[in-house]
Amino acid sequence: MRWLLIKDLQILKRSPLLVALLVIYPIVIAVLIGLALSRGPDKPRVAFVNEVPAAANVIQLGGESIDTSKYGKELFDAIDPVRVDSEAEAIKKVKSGDVLGALVLPQDLTHKLASGIEPAHVKVYYNAEDPVKARFVQNTINSQVQKANAAVRKKLTKIAVGYLKLVVSGGKFSFFGRNFDVLGLAKAEAILRATLAEIPKDSPANAQVATVQQFAKIAHDNLGLSNDVLKTVGEPIVVDQHVLKGGKTPLDAFAVAVAVTVSLMFVTLLLAAGTLALEREENAFSRLVRGLVSRTGLLVEKGLLASGASFVVTLAMLSGLALFIDLAWDRFPLWVVALVAGALGFAAMGLAIGALTREVRAASLLAFMLALPIAFLALIPSGSVSQTLYDVTSAISAVFPFKPTLDALNAALNDAGGMGKALIHLALLVAGYGVLARVGLRRFA
Amino acid sequence: MSLIEAQGVSKRFGDREALRSVSLHAAEGEILAIIGPNGAGKTTLLSIIAGIQSPDDGELTRPPGEVGWVPQQAALYGKLTVAENLRLFARLEQRPDVEAAVEEMLHQTGLEDRAGDQVSTLSGGNRQRVNIAIGLLAQPDVLLLDEPSAALDPRQRERLWEFLQARAEQGTAILFSTHNVAEAERNADRVLVLADGELLFEGPADELALGADFESAFVEFLRERGH
Repeated sequence: MRWLLIKDLQILKRSPLLVALLVIYPIVIAVLIGLALSRGPDKPRVAFVNEVPAAANVIQLGGESIDTSKYGKELFDAIDPVRVDSEAEAIKKVKSGDVLGALVLPQDLTHKLASGIEPAHVKVYYNAEDPVKARFVQNTINSQVQKANAAVRKKLTKIAVGYLKLVVSGGKFSFFGRNFDVLGLAKAEAILRATLAEIPKDSPANAQVATVQQFAKIAHDNLGLSNDVLKTVGEPIVVDQHVLKGGKTPLDAFAVAVAVTVSLMFVTLLLAAGTLALEREENAFSRLVRGLVSRTGLLVEKGLLASGASFVVTLAMLSGLALFIDLAWDRFPLWVVALVAGALGFAAMGLAIGALTREVRAASLLAFMLALPIAFLALIPSGSVSQTLYDVTSAISAVFPFKPTLDALNAALNDAGGMGKALIHLALLVAGYGVLARVGLRRFA
Repeated sequence: MSLIEAQGVSKRFGDREALRSVSLHAAEGEILAIIGPNGAGKTTLLSIIAGIQSPDDGELTRPPGEVGWVPQQAALYGKLTVAENLRLFARLEQRPDVEAAVEEMLHQTGLEDRAGDQVSTLSGGNRQRVNIAIGLLAQPDVLLLDEPSAALDPRQRERLWEFLQARAEQGTAILFSTHNVAEAERNADRVLVLADGELLFEGPADELALGADFESAFVEFLRERGH
C-alpha cells in the first residue's frame, strides 16, 4: 500500500500539468459558482435617481403622515444602489453595463400618491441582451415596487373605508375647501321612515325632501370618488419599463438557443479533439502526413467531420424543439448559417485541443473541462457583477466560441439583433484556433 | 544507382544529439540493416529518410517516387477491418485498381481469411503484417521498416523476409532497423552500426565479424568504442 502510494505521488509529481489542472480547475469552478451565488440575484447594482423634493417626502394619506423615504430605505436594502443625479446619467450607466438597471422616481411621485386618485409612475431602465437578465431585472424591481404598493395600498384602503363609512353613517366631509354635513344612509333611512309615517299626502314637506335630495347627491359623488380610489388601491405605483438594448426574445426561445449552443459545443469539441488525437493514438498520423495528406488537409477533414456531425444533430434538435416552442420557421436559413458558423468555431477550438493534448482521453477531458466554465461565463449578464469582473469575464468569453455562437443563434431564432458581428467574431476564432491547431501538429508525431 | 543519399545528417532534441553527421546511401535492390543499441538513433534516421522529420543539418536525396514507411508500432485503425484499412490506404496512395491492390496484399500477408476482422481483434504479429502490407501498397522504390519483425513469430518472420527479398530483387531498396543482429547478418547486404547518434560502421556484415560470430563481434565492436 505504502509503495503504491509513493509511486502514485511520484507519478503526480512528474505530471505538473495534470496537477495544475486538478488544483486550478476546482478553484475556477468554485470562484464562478461563488460569484453566481453571492453577487447575482441578491444585490443587483441599480442606478437610482430620486427627483422627489425632500420636502415632499412626507405625504398625508387617510389622515396619517407617511414618510415615503422609509420605503426607499427598504428598496436600498434589496439592491446595491448607485446614486446618480439625473435620468440621463442613469441611462448612460445602464447602457455601459455599469449597472444592471436604473430606477427613476419622478418629481410628482409623492403628490400622485397623496392624491389617491391616480397611480404614481416610476421609470425602470435596463438592458435585455438576454431574456434571463431581462427577467431578473423585472423580478428584482417589480418585487420591490410591489412591497411599496402593498404599503400604500393599506393606506388607500383606509381612505376608501372612510368614504364608505361616511356614506353609511354620515358626518363631516371636506372636499376642495368646502365643508359638508353628510347625513348618511342610516339617518336618511330614519328620516324617510319618520316622514313617511307622519306626513299627510298633501303636506308640503319641502325642507326634508331637500335634505334627502342633498344626501343622495353627495352619496352619489362619494361613491364615484370611491371607484377611483379603489382603482388606485389596486396599483398605487405603476412601473414604466424601458428596454435600452435588445429585449424581444422570450425566455423559452432564449433557452432553446442556450440548449442548442451547449449541445453544439459538446458534440463538436469532443468529436474534433477526439478524432484528431485518435490519429496519433492509432500511430496513423505519421503515415498519413508523409505525403498522403497534408497536415492542414487533415485538420480541415477533422473540422468538417466534427462540424458536419454536430450541425446535423443540432439542426434535428432545433426542429424537434420547434414542435413544442414557437420558433419562426421562415428564419430557417438563418438557423443554418448560425449553426454552421458556430460548429466551425467549436471545431477549430476542438482541433486545437486535440493537437495540443495528443491523446483521446486527455483531449476529451480538457474539452469537457473547458466547455462548462466558458458556457457559464458567457451567460453572466452585465451589471450582475462588478464592472471589472464583468470586463474580465467578457474578455475570457471572447476567446471562446460559445458567446458569439449563442449571439448568432439567438439572432437567428429570435430576431435579437444582427448576426454580422457574431459571425465575424467566429471567423476570427476559427482562424486563431486553426493556427493554434496547425502549430500543435508540428509536435504531434 | 543510389536511390537514397544522406550526407552529414544531424538531428537534435533539446540538448540531446540524436544523430551526429550520419551519411549513408542505398542503391536499387539493396537491403540495408541499421543496427545499434536502444536510443542509438535508428528510428530517428529512418523517420528523417521517410520525410516525417526534418534534419537540423545535412543533406538528403530521395527518389522522386514513393518511399514506403512501416513504423515500429502498427499504424492502423483498430475499428476498421483488415480489408478496410488496406482499401483506405490504397485509395490514399491512389492505386489505380484499389480492390486488386487489397487482394494482392491480403494474399502476400496471408490474411485472406481475416480480411473482414477488425484490426483490434488481431494478434500483434498479424497487425504487423497488415502494417507492412500498407507500407508496400504504394509499390515504393524505397521501403523503410522500423523493427519490422519485432512482433513476428519465426514462421511469420521467414515469410516476411521471403517477401522483402522478392521486392529487393525487383529493384526496391530496403532499409530496416533491428535489434536482431542475426537477422541483419542473414538478410542485409550491408549493415550500418549506430550508437549515440553516431555512425560507427558501414559495410557488409562479414567485414564487421571478420570470421567470428557476428553477434559477439557486434557487441565487442560497441564495447571497444565505449558503448
